[in-house]
Amino acid sequence: MTTSGLIVMLLSVGTAATLFGWCIYKVLTTPRETEKVHGVELHTPDMDGEG
Amino acid sequence: MAVAGSAVGLGNFLRFPGLAAQYGGGAFMIAYAISFLIIGLPIGWAEWAMGRYAGGKGFNSAPGAFAAILNKPWAKYVGIIGVIVPVMIYMYYVFIESWCLGYAVKFWTGSVDLKTTDDAVAMFKAMSGQLADGSALSFSWNTALPWLLVVFVFNFWLIYRGISGGIEKMCNLGMPVLIVLALMVLARVMTLGAPDPAKPNDNVVNGLGYMWNPSKVQIERTQPAPGEAKVVEEVVGAAAITEAEQKVAASGGALKLVTITPWQQLKNPLMWMAAAAQIFFSLSVGFGVIIVYASYLRKQDDVVLSGLTASSANEFCEVALGGLITVPAAVAFLGLASVAGQGTFGLGFTVLPLVFAKMPLGMFFGGAFFFMLFIAAVTSSISMLQPGIAFLEEAMNVGRKVSVTILGMLTTLGLGFVVFFTKELKALDTLDFWVGTFLIFILATIQIIVFGWHWGIQRGLKEAHQGASIRIPRFFGVIMKWICPVFLLTIFAMTVLTSVFGFDLSTKTFGSASSYVVDLMGGMKDGKEVEANLAAKLSVVLVIVVACFFALLSSRSKAFQRAEQGLNKHD
Repeated sequence: MTTSGLIVMLLSVGTAATLFGWCIYKVLTTPRETEKVHGVELHTPDMDGEG
Repeated sequence: MAVAGSAVGLGNFLRFPGLAAQYGGGAFMIAYAISFLIIGLPIGWAEWAMGRYAGGKGFNSAPGAFAAILNKPWAKYVGIIGVIVPVMIYMYYVFIESWCLGYAVKFWTGSVDLKTTDDAVAMFKAMSGQLADGSALSFSWNTALPWLLVVFVFNFWLIYRGISGGIEKMCNLGMPVLIVLALMVLARVMTLGAPDPAKPNDNVVNGLGYMWNPSKVQIERTQPAPGEAKVVEEVVGAAAITEAEQKVAASGGALKLVTITPWQQLKNPLMWMAAAAQIFFSLSVGFGVIIVYASYLRKQDDVVLSGLTASSANEFCEVALGGLITVPAAVAFLGLASVAGQGTFGLGFTVLPLVFAKMPLGMFFGGAFFFMLFIAAVTSSISMLQPGIAFLEEAMNVGRKVSVTILGMLTTLGLGFVVFFTKELKALDTLDFWVGTFLIFILATIQIIVFGWHWGIQRGLKEAHQGASIRIPRFFGVIMKWICPVFLLTIFAMTVLTSVFGFDLSTKTFGSASSYVVDLMGGMKDGKEVEANLAAKLSVVLVIVVACFFALLSSRSKAFQRAEQGLNKHD
C-alpha cells in the first residue's frame, strides 16, 4: 500500500464516519427531531385503507 | 436506527466491493467520492423535496409526481421509469436475497465445508445456478430455489398483510448487530496477514493497496497477438513490484511494467458511470423509491436531515465496513488476479464464506452475518415493491390488495426469467446494467433537471427547507443547477460514445463496443467475433414489455390527467 493509498483510505473512512456521527448527534440533540426524521419506512398509509 | 436500517442493503457489502475490484480500486474510489458529493446528496435531496410536494397534492407514484410537478401529458411517461427501475431490480434483487438466506442456513447447520477457493466458487456457482441455464431451478439444499420460494412468499406476505411493524422492529435490532458483526469480521480480516505462507504477496496490506492506491502498476505485453489480452497481471506492494521487474527483464522485451496514474484511469467513462450507478443503487437515489416514500411525509417533517442521515449511514457501512473487508480479504485468500476477475457479486459470495470458514466460531458468525444481510435485503426489497404498488393503485384506481396481487404476478414472471437464465448470470447482469445502471442514470438526470430548471433552485430549496432543522449549504445550489446535470450528461454521452460506438479515448479510434452492447448485437469480444446472447436480448425485451404495460396503464389513468391539469388528486 502506497502513502497516497493510505491517505485516500483514511480520508474516505474518516469522512464517512464523521458525517454519520454528526448526523446521529444532530438528530438526538435537536428537540423533536426524532419525530421529523424518516427513512424508507415500510408501513405506508395505503396499508391502513383495507382490512 | 430505522433510517440507518432502511439505507443499508446488499449494495454495501456485496455490490460495492465487487465494482471497486472490477474497476481497479483507488481510482474508482475517487470517482465514487466525487459522485457522492455532486450527484448522490443533491439528487437525494431533490427527490425527497419533489416527493413530498407531490404527496401534498395526493400523488404517491413517480408518474403521478412527475405529472403533478410538470403539468404536461408526457410527464407521466417519463415518470414510469421510476416504476420500471424498482420493479425490475426487485426481480433479480430477491434472487440474490435468497442466496443470503441459503448461505445463512447452510452456515448455521454446519454444512459449509470450505477448504479451498475452488470449494467456495463451486458453492456459489451451485447456489446461483451459473453452471447452466435452468440449473437454479432444481430443488436442492445447495441451490437457490427452496430459499427463493421462502423469500418471495415472505416478501409478499409482509407487504400484502401490511404487517411491517415486526420486520421494522427486527431491522432496528438487527442493524446494530450487523454493524457489530461487520466490525468483528473487519478485525479478523485486518489481522489475517498472509494466510498462505507460500504466497507472501497475497496479504491484507496488498489488498488494502489494491482497494485504495490511486495508481496501478501492471505487467503488459509489448506486442499482444490477436485475441491475446494486453494486460498480464496487476502488481501491488514493493516485493511484488521487484519480482515483476525481474520477470520483465527476463522476458527479453516481450513484457513491460507500466504505471497507470489515477488521471489515466479516470478517463474511462464506464468507471464513472459505474461509480455514479453505485451511489444511486446504494442510496436508492434515482430509483423511484425515495420519491414515493417522501410523498407520505408531512410539511413539518425534515427531509434535509432525513436525506443526509440515510446517506451518511449508508456511506459508513459501504466505505468504512464494506470497503475494508471484502477486497483485502479476497486478495489475501485469492490473490490479485482472482479478485480482478470476479463478477459484481462474486466476491461477497466466495470470499466472505472462506473468511468465515477460517475464523473461530466461523459457522455461527457466517450464519449470523448472512442472516443480517438477508434482513437488510428484505427491507430494501419490500421498499422496491411500494413504487409499483402505489403506481397500480393510482393508474388503475384499485385498492392495495388488488395492486399487490397484480404486481406479484408480474414480478413472479420476471423472477422466473432471471432464475432460468442463470448461465454466467447473464439475465441478472444484463438487467443490472441496463436497468440498475443505465435507466437509473436517465431518471436521476431528469429529476435534477426538473428540480434545478423547472422548479428553479430558489423554489426547490424552499420546498426542501420546510420543516428542516439544517439548511442545505448554498454551494449545493450551483451543484444542483449546473454541475450535477452537466456531469451526468457528459458521462452519459461519453459512455454511449465508448460503449455503443466503441470509441477508444486513448487512441481516438473506433473499435469494439462494450460487452453489454455486444451481448445484444453481436461483435468482437475478447478479440473474437461472437453472436448476440439470447438471454441478454430477452432481458431487454422484458424491460420493453414491462415499460409498454406501464405506459398503457398510465395513458388511461384519470388520476394522472388530474395531475397534468394541476389539480389535487382528491379535489
